[in-house]
Amino acid sequence: MGLGMTALALVPPISMAFAEPYYVDLFTRILIFAIAALSLDLIMSYGGMLSFGHAAYLGVGAYAVGIANAYGIDNEVIHLLLAIAGAAVVAAGIGFISLRTSGVHFIMITLAFSQMLYFLAISINTFGGADGMTMTQHSQLGSLIPLDDANVLYYFVFVFLALFLWMQSRIIRSRFGMVIRGARTNPRRMAALGFPVLRYQLAAFVVSGVMCGIAGALLAEQALFVSPSIMQWSRSGEIMVMVIMGGMGMLFGPILGAVAYLVLEDLLTSWTQYWALFLGPILVVIVLFGRHGIMSLIPGLVRKPRHV
Amino acid sequence: MLLLLIQAFNGLQFGVMLFLMAAGLTLVFGIMNVVNLAHGSLYMIGAYVCAETYDATGSFALAIPSGLAAALATGVVIEIGIFRVLYARDHLDQVLATFGLTLFFNDLVRVIWGSTAVYATVPRFLAGQVHIITGAPYPAYRLAVIVVGFAVAALLYLVISHTRFGMVVRAGASNRVMAGALGANIVVLYTVVFALGAILAGLAGLMAGPIFTVASGMGDSILILAFVVIVIGGIGSIRGAFIASLGVGLIDTMGRAYLRPLFGLFLPPTAADNTGPAVASLLIYVVMAAVLFFRPRGLFPPRMR
Repeated sequence: MGLGMTALALVPPISMAFAEPYYVDLFTRILIFAIAALSLDLIMSYGGMLSFGHAAYLGVGAYAVGIANAYGIDNEVIHLLLAIAGAAVVAAGIGFISLRTSGVHFIMITLAFSQMLYFLAISINTFGGADGMTMTQHSQLGSLIPLDDANVLYYFVFVFLALFLWMQSRIIRSRFGMVIRGARTNPRRMAALGFPVLRYQLAAFVVSGVMCGIAGALLAEQALFVSPSIMQWSRSGEIMVMVIMGGMGMLFGPILGAVAYLVLEDLLTSWTQYWALFLGPILVVIVLFGRHGIMSLIPGLVRKPRHV
Repeated sequence: MLLLLIQAFNGLQFGVMLFLMAAGLTLVFGIMNVVNLAHGSLYMIGAYVCAETYDATGSFALAIPSGLAAALATGVVIEIGIFRVLYARDHLDQVLATFGLTLFFNDLVRVIWGSTAVYATVPRFLAGQVHIITGAPYPAYRLAVIVVGFAVAALLYLVISHTRFGMVVRAGASNRVMAGALGANIVVLYTVVFALGAILAGLAGLMAGPIFTVASGMGDSILILAFVVIVIGGIGSIRGAFIASLGVGLIDTMGRAYLRPLFGLFLPPTAADNTGPAVASLLIYVVMAAVLFFRPRGLFPPRMR
């Protein structure tokens, strides 16, 4: 894990050394999606909540930045706070309804709610409608941290990722995390032990949504563009794929998965415009034959098989 | 008033298309316990092949069977090749594998037919308009879609509840293991049910061709609406799917047609222009949330297995 983060920390100097600034941009994007994948991993692998609508929070975070920007607010702290508040409210609402169900219902309902936000974003013309909103400048965070510098932005995102990774490792070992994990295996027994399972699950769902919302705000910051396509249902699928590709419930797994998935996508797109034609079957093969992700290929790392 | 009638027919027409999709999904889920995101791809394939055949031959009698056959063939191939492995897996694996299939098929049609939408023509004998009642002209094609949809629903009802095959399907849905122990060939049953779902999706797709555009990814949005329908109706219930799809079709169409003028009564025009469509696009999800809040298992949940 330390090795992986060190490697990621070295991306800007290495790409500078090879005079390929493009890779800083690519890896900023990768780190942002790594945050999103990490947030999904929390509820999916540890909590057993298969949210198929995580792109919704990405969209809420991005739109918080875009809308604030449209009203002339360009302070990054305010942007992030708005993204956090927005994602928390939306995740609480969606979680409140969806957590009344489980299993396949949960998958379909989270998907449906994210689709609802997608169509909502398309239908509001004030905020760009289907075309989205372009932002003219990066958010401000004092002269010490100029976010319009690609390297600075990279490390800004990197700090968030490192923070969330640390947070996640603490959460899953905490009492709270144990309740969530217990509820995945046997919710009835956890309830019998006296835990208000639903409340714990909802709390985890909101934490995950907020993390993903911050990823969304960072995504808007990097692209300087916000559009409904951030919330497209296939995006939720992609985030899920990243978690699986890297390895579920293995902390660093989702980050590795985000790197693997987006680098693969980048290679395929540079080679053919029909990248999904190859990515789709690769995905099917991974699911059918390589169920434990890339992390399980590293010897001595896997302690437990996946069981959901 | 006449406009209201026409909008109601539009709602019904949208509803029966949703039903054709939802019926297949709910059958496949109820019996095999499988989430199938690739169901939208079967819809898309039906639409493309039908539009292409009609364009090439000019014969609607040839186009319909070819669209259905393409959806059926694709369905059977993925059932035997992929789903037979997936039945034993958890929902997560099923979601991911079928998501991969969707990505593949969406790009495959772009490779074959190009990225621009294909124009599907309404067959000549259905090109005109029919007066539902005097003074209410309605496109004959859309009326035909409604008729076909109701006919298929009736047929499905007869097959499921009054034939030996339907009995096996129902037995499989309520207890797979027991049905297998009593001599029903579960492997064949799965393939047949999946094939039936594929044909229904293909039918919905080829009928949708002239109404919506035939384009890559066309199946995805209707797939998600079909999910909403079966969640409202109760997963595994055909009756629930039928009622919920007509309800969703009517509510969505009416919302899009009447919310803006309705809001215009008490809001300034620009505000109404903004909120009307926004609320209309939320309407069915609000209905879904409300239904789930009071009945988490849907309106007509199948009896416990």
